[in-house]
Amino acid sequence: MSGASNLVAMKKIVQQLRFEASINRVKVSQAAADLQQFCMQNALQDPLLTGVSSSTNPFRPQKVCSFL
Amino acid sequence: MCDQTFVAITFGPCDNCAKTKPLMNIYLNNEVINYCSLCVELMACQGLEKGETVAKLKKETEALKVKLEVERNKLHDTELHKLAEKVEAVGQLNIRARRVLKGHANKVLCMDWCTDKRRLVSSSQDGKLIVWDAFTTNKEHAVSMPSTWVMACAYSPSGCAVAAGGLDNKCSVYPLSLDKNENLAAKRKPVAMHTNYVSHCTFTNSDLQVLTSSGDGTCALWDVESAQLLQSFHSHTADVLSLDMGPSETSNTFVSGGCDKKAKLWDMRSGQNVQSFETHESDVNCVKFYPNGDAFATASDDATCRFFDLRADREVAVFSKDSVMFGASSVDFSLSGRLLFAGYNDYTINIWDVLKAERVSILFGHDNRVSTVRVSPDGSAFCSASWDNTLRVWA
Repeated sequence: MSGASNLVAMKKIVQQLRFEASINRVKVSQAAADLQQFCMQNALQDPLLTGVSSSTNPFRPQKVCSFL
Repeated sequence: MCDQTFVAITFGPCDNCAKTKPLMNIYLNNEVINYCSLCVELMACQGLEKGETVAKLKKETEALKVKLEVERNKLHDTELHKLAEKVEAVGQLNIRARRVLKGHANKVLCMDWCTDKRRLVSSSQDGKLIVWDAFTTNKEHAVSMPSTWVMACAYSPSGCAVAAGGLDNKCSVYPLSLDKNENLAAKRKPVAMHTNYVSHCTFTNSDLQVLTSSGDGTCALWDVESAQLLQSFHSHTADVLSLDMGPSETSNTFVSGGCDKKAKLWDMRSGQNVQSFETHESDVNCVKFYPNGDAFATASDDATCRFFDLRADREVAVFSKDSVMFGASSVDFSLSGRLLFAGYNDYTINIWDVLKAERVSILFGHDNRVSTVRVSPDGSAFCSASWDNTLRVWA
C-alpha cells in the first residue's frame, strides 16, 4: 500500500532527523585539538611512524652478524 | 512459486463505506480486505496526528535537514590541518614489502590479523580461507567455503575461530584446531543469515557475538552459539559495504558505510542510528575508527578518503589529490592515528598524514587492485590483500 508505507517511512525519517538535530556537538577546534593531542601522545609508541630497528621489529630482515 | 488461484473482487461494494466502487485488494494480518481507494487513504491517514499531511511531513524533513546543516556549521570555527600547521611533518618512512604471501588461486578479497600479531586469515574469490603465519609465510590452515567470493573474514579475539561470509548470504564461524589433519570445513557453523551477500563481518569484543553487514542494506548482530539474531540495524537505503566496531573494550557503537554514500554511527544496544554523515560523492567502501574512538575515516569510490569527527558531528579532513583518480577500497590507521594507509584501485597504497591531510608516501608492489589494508594489532606492520592473488606485509 504505497500511500500508507510512504507515510510511515516519512515519519521515520522525520523522527530520525529530529533526533540527529538534537545531539550535543563540540567545536571543531576543540575536537581537532584533542585528535592532535592523541597523535602526539602516542607517536613514540607507533612503530610504523617512528621506524623501529631491525632487532625489535620481527618483520624487518635481521642484520647479519659476522665474526671478525 | 504461487500455484494457487485467488478470486479477486475488483469492483463492488466497499467493506467500509458500502458504496459500489472500484476496489483495492489489500491484505491486513493475512486477511483480505476490499476497501475503495478513498477508505484506504482514510485508513492510512489514521496513523497521522491531527493536522499532519504528506506535504507537511515533507516540509518538516527539508526544514530539519537545513537545521542540521546550520547546527553543524555553527561549530565549524577552524580546520584540522590549520591547527596542525605547527606540528612537525612526518619524516621519511622506511616502509617496504617484507613478506609476500602466495597461495590463493584467485583474487584475495579480505584479510584480518589475529590478536597474537603474527597470524592472519585471508579469504578469496576462489572460496578458500587460508590462515597464515606472517613471520614465516607458512600456511597453517586452509578451508574450502561452500560458495565463491568470500568477501568477509574475521579472526576471533581469542584466536580460536574465524568467521567468513560472502555470496552465500551467510556468515559462518569455523573453530580452528591445532590438529592439522582435522577437516575444518566439516565443523562449519552458519551464524548469520541475510537476504543478500555479506559484505563485512567482525567479532564483537568476545568470541560470542558477530556483527555483519550485508548487501540487503542492513547490519545485524548475531549470537554465535545459538545463531540467533540479537539486533538488526536499518537505516541505509542501499548495500552496506563495510563496518567497524569501536576500539575500546567497553564500546557498544559501530560505524557502517554503504552504497548510499552515507556513513552511519550506531548504538548496538538500541539499534538506533545515532549520527549520519553524507559528504562522499560515491559508494563508501570502507570505514575505520580512529584509535581513540572519537573519529573515523572512510574510503570511497570518489577517489577520496575522508575523516569525520564524532563529537563535532562533521567531516574534518579530506584526503585527496588530483593525481589520485581511482577509488579507494580500504583504509586503516597506524597505532597513534597519525598515519592513514589507504589501498586504491590503481594498485597502489597511499600513506596520508592525518593531521596535515597530506600524502606522505606511495607504495607500489601489487599487480592488481588492493582490496583490503589492515594494520597489525601492535602496529608494527600492516598487510595488504590484492586482486593479484597475493598478500603483502609491509613494515
